[in-house]
Amino acid sequence: MRVIIAGAGRVGTRVAAELARNHDVVMVDVDADRTDGLGYELDVLTVVGDCSSIETLRESGVESADLLIASTGSDEINLLTCETAKSLADVTTVARVKGLKYIDTWDRAEDVFGVDFMVGTNLLTIGAAVGGTGLEAAQDFDVFAGGTVQMAEFNVESGGAIVGKTISEADQFESLTFAAILRGGTTIVPRGSTRIEADDDIIVIGKPASVHAFGAKLGHAESPTRNVLIVGGSDIGYHTARLLEERGLRPHLLEADPDRARALSERLSVTTVRNKDPTVRDFLDDERIEDIDVVVAALDRNSEANLLSALRAKQVGIDRSVAIVDHGEYVELFEDAGVDVAVNPRRATAEEIVEFARDQDTQSVDLLEHEQVEVIEIRIDEESILTGRPIEEAIGDLPDGVVVGAITRNGSFLMPRGDTVVESGDHAVVLADSDVAEATINLL
Amino acid sequence: MRVSVNWRQSCAYVGTLLKYLAVTMLVPLTVAVVYGDDQFVFLASMVITAGIGLALERLEDGADLGLEEAFLFVTLAWVGVSVGGTVPYLLAGFDTASTVGLSLDSPAALGNSLVNALFESTSGYTTTGATVLEEISFERHSHALLMYRQLTQWLGGMGIIVLMVAILPELAVNGAQLIDAEAPGPELKKLTPQIAETARILWLVYAEFTALFICLLYALHLLGVAPNMDLYNAIAHGFTTLPTGGFSPEANSIAAFSPAVQWLVIPFIIVAGTNFALFYFVLQRKFAEVFRNRELQGYVGAIVGITLLLWAMLFTGAAPALGGLGGTTQGVAENSLRQALFQTVTLLNSTGYATSDFAQWSEWTQVLLLAVMFIGGSAGSTGGGVKVIRWLVILKAARRQLSATVYPDVVEPVRLGGQVIDEDVVSGIFGFTFLYLFIFAVSAVIIALDTGRVGLQLTTIEALSASIATIGNIGPGFGMLGPFGSYLQFPATSKVLMIVLMWLGRLEVVPVLVLFTRSFWEW
Repeated sequence: MRVIIAGAGRVGTRVAAELARNHDVVMVDVDADRTDGLGYELDVLTVVGDCSSIETLRESGVESADLLIASTGSDEINLLTCETAKSLADVTTVARVKGLKYIDTWDRAEDVFGVDFMVGTNLLTIGAAVGGTGLEAAQDFDVFAGGTVQMAEFNVESGGAIVGKTISEADQFESLTFAAILRGGTTIVPRGSTRIEADDDIIVIGKPASVHAFGAKLGHAESPTRNVLIVGGSDIGYHTARLLEERGLRPHLLEADPDRARALSERLSVTTVRNKDPTVRDFLDDERIEDIDVVVAALDRNSEANLLSALRAKQVGIDRSVAIVDHGEYVELFEDAGVDVAVNPRRATAEEIVEFARDQDTQSVDLLEHEQVEVIEIRIDEESILTGRPIEEAIGDLPDGVVVGAITRNGSFLMPRGDTVVESGDHAVVLADSDVAEATINLL
Repeated sequence: MRVSVNWRQSCAYVGTLLKYLAVTMLVPLTVAVVYGDDQFVFLASMVITAGIGLALERLEDGADLGLEEAFLFVTLAWVGVSVGGTVPYLLAGFDTASTVGLSLDSPAALGNSLVNALFESTSGYTTTGATVLEEISFERHSHALLMYRQLTQWLGGMGIIVLMVAILPELAVNGAQLIDAEAPGPELKKLTPQIAETARILWLVYAEFTALFICLLYALHLLGVAPNMDLYNAIAHGFTTLPTGGFSPEANSIAAFSPAVQWLVIPFIIVAGTNFALFYFVLQRKFAEVFRNRELQGYVGAIVGITLLLWAMLFTGAAPALGGLGGTTQGVAENSLRQALFQTVTLLNSTGYATSDFAQWSEWTQVLLLAVMFIGGSAGSTGGGVKVIRWLVILKAARRQLSATVYPDVVEPVRLGGQVIDEDVVSGIFGFTFLYLFIFAVSAVIIALDTGRVGLQLTTIEALSASIATIGNIGPGFGMLGPFGSYLQFPATSKVLMIVLMWLGRLEVVPVLVLFTRSFWEW
């Protein structure tokens, strides 16, 4: 496969390093200094030029390319590059964007911006950062379809509230699918009458609020509301607060710049935004430490301050701290230093892109820990086996053990029922046995 | 001092306005022809008003209205129509027992008659509904004059400036500025890109509701459930319900009509206090926008809550039988509900009709009704007062103050229905409301002192209600200012103050007061 990577920044380089082993990779960047070094470091071809121009794209061989990954630092140039490439050749395009607004637009209609796959840096990071909060009972966790759908795997402890109940008794949640029960190495497709036993692993897919509520129910003594303090009103900080709000939490957010604080408070209706400098050493002194469960350090472009804030939080006795790290190499270092979760937006983005490159039609694959089942998010197109027919009819043509967990249409959640007709352009989150996952992806 | 405001152009537009005002007098003239009285009065009034208008128009110098000129024009326009509107009262009442007719008996009588006519005219155009007529009857006044009195409220209701912007293309340039200065409420919401189109829509919705209301009233008459609601009365009350006016050619206001009529009037009073833009959304089938509207929720919520409270009071006997004028008998549900609901809506949104002499209700119900007068209608409605939206914003801002006490560094915008209210607007609302309440309080004191000076002792609630009823454009108050009483006994000085209050209230204080600042006139 011939892959063009536009933008030789950290994300681009990381993706190139992954893909160069098995594919022909061409890297494009305006900066000759950067491309010069790369040619020696990685087994790639380099082109210097403006990747959104026709000449540069032609020069990098877009006509014969199978995949174009636009990952420059600018959202707009990435989108423009995809659009231009599409007009020149039949190439699959991937755009990396930072702004959530573009993902919203892209989710709404097909073929917007000429982008086949959009990776949102911030969204992924947030999914990872927020994922840990409020879902302590989950053994595994992932977000799909731009955050509209969540998947979580819970272990049922003996003596828990739902042990011995049937699925239909336990299912008191709106828009929640019980996708699979893993019991002693076998995967059970749950029916309404399936009884839940102690030590089962249950995989649920559904609306964030419902997954969260289910987790809270399993989470025994754990109080369902968690108090989150977000340090720094960066874009990531903002989206973290927004996602927490959607989950029914009331986070606090500290931001030093008064104008930025005002702008954030206008957009976040539930979050308590406060104009306070969180980079000073004693920023936690007048907080009610005992009430705070999680601190998310999300200061803009300031890994060191994030590290210090997160460590300081641990030091005063806060349960859990999450830090955003700007340099991927430091993720492990941060976690070694005592931060519970360190997240690097770029690393997460690069992983996502590589994942996509490996299987172009699949949007997102989550391999659960024991590798029995996979959860796959797919954008349904005209050729898909699901298109235009009720799910109960289509499921017959799919391998056994495949469960349609959630559908999103135009960015909103749709609970899949037997009679739900899937349309082209919908996103489907599907759970499948690992052995048949490949076949399922092909059918869909 | 060098005046840098182009007052000539503003005055010229007032002239244009008076010219059109003369045309509207065709309505009472038609009534005069039908009933065969006062034709001469209205012909002469038309000639005089048009003459003044044409004379003022000669000041025109063709310049565009700037920000200052727009304020000046709007404020002068309301003075202009009020003064121009006195002509029919003065002429029709000349040399009769009418308290608003021109009297040349003595200089004092002349002054009194001029003040009275201006009071009645201002009360009409500002949709206050306070009257200085000694006796409202067809023996004392002609059908045409009483219809003219109703018409002034209809013209003032949706706003004469809004009407002018709708019909005069030369005003469209600065139309938004003009309407903003005139329209009730903190902010103007444009419905369409062109302001003239917005003005037309508002007037059209207003006219359609009026027409519908007149038809329904007359239908009740034809059905036989409203014997005295003849065509004349139907039109007359159609003219004063939608503008939250309150004038009635019946001395006993709506109490003169059957319960069926009273029940029909209630929803239309409520409509009159609603933001008319919402009806445009209804026509566009944007129902969600209407139901999500916080001000509408607050307005309806206030009506329901206060009505229930008042109903309980009346049900337990707060208003003993008042000789056919809407007394409620203890323990009768329909009557007390109707009286409670009617009096609540009419005073809350500043209409000023009455179906019961609430000035004779028990003390505590009167205090409740006095408090209700401070609420006001919705922004963009024809109602007067402080307006529901301002109270909502003030309450929200106050709540924010409380959370700022816990977290001194909290940054929290004031939200209304999810929408962020700009800080400038919030402080503007605080400023307006304090200014409004300040003027109310000072005026109440002045009125009390001034009436005391001439030996007329006002009770506390009378003095307070005189002030709020005029600045809030409500009309009736308590005691001698009750719904079936009149403002005639006040000394001329108090009446002049009240004329100013009505004018301030209609234009929501700021556009008027800004004219009295030095920075307005000088560069």
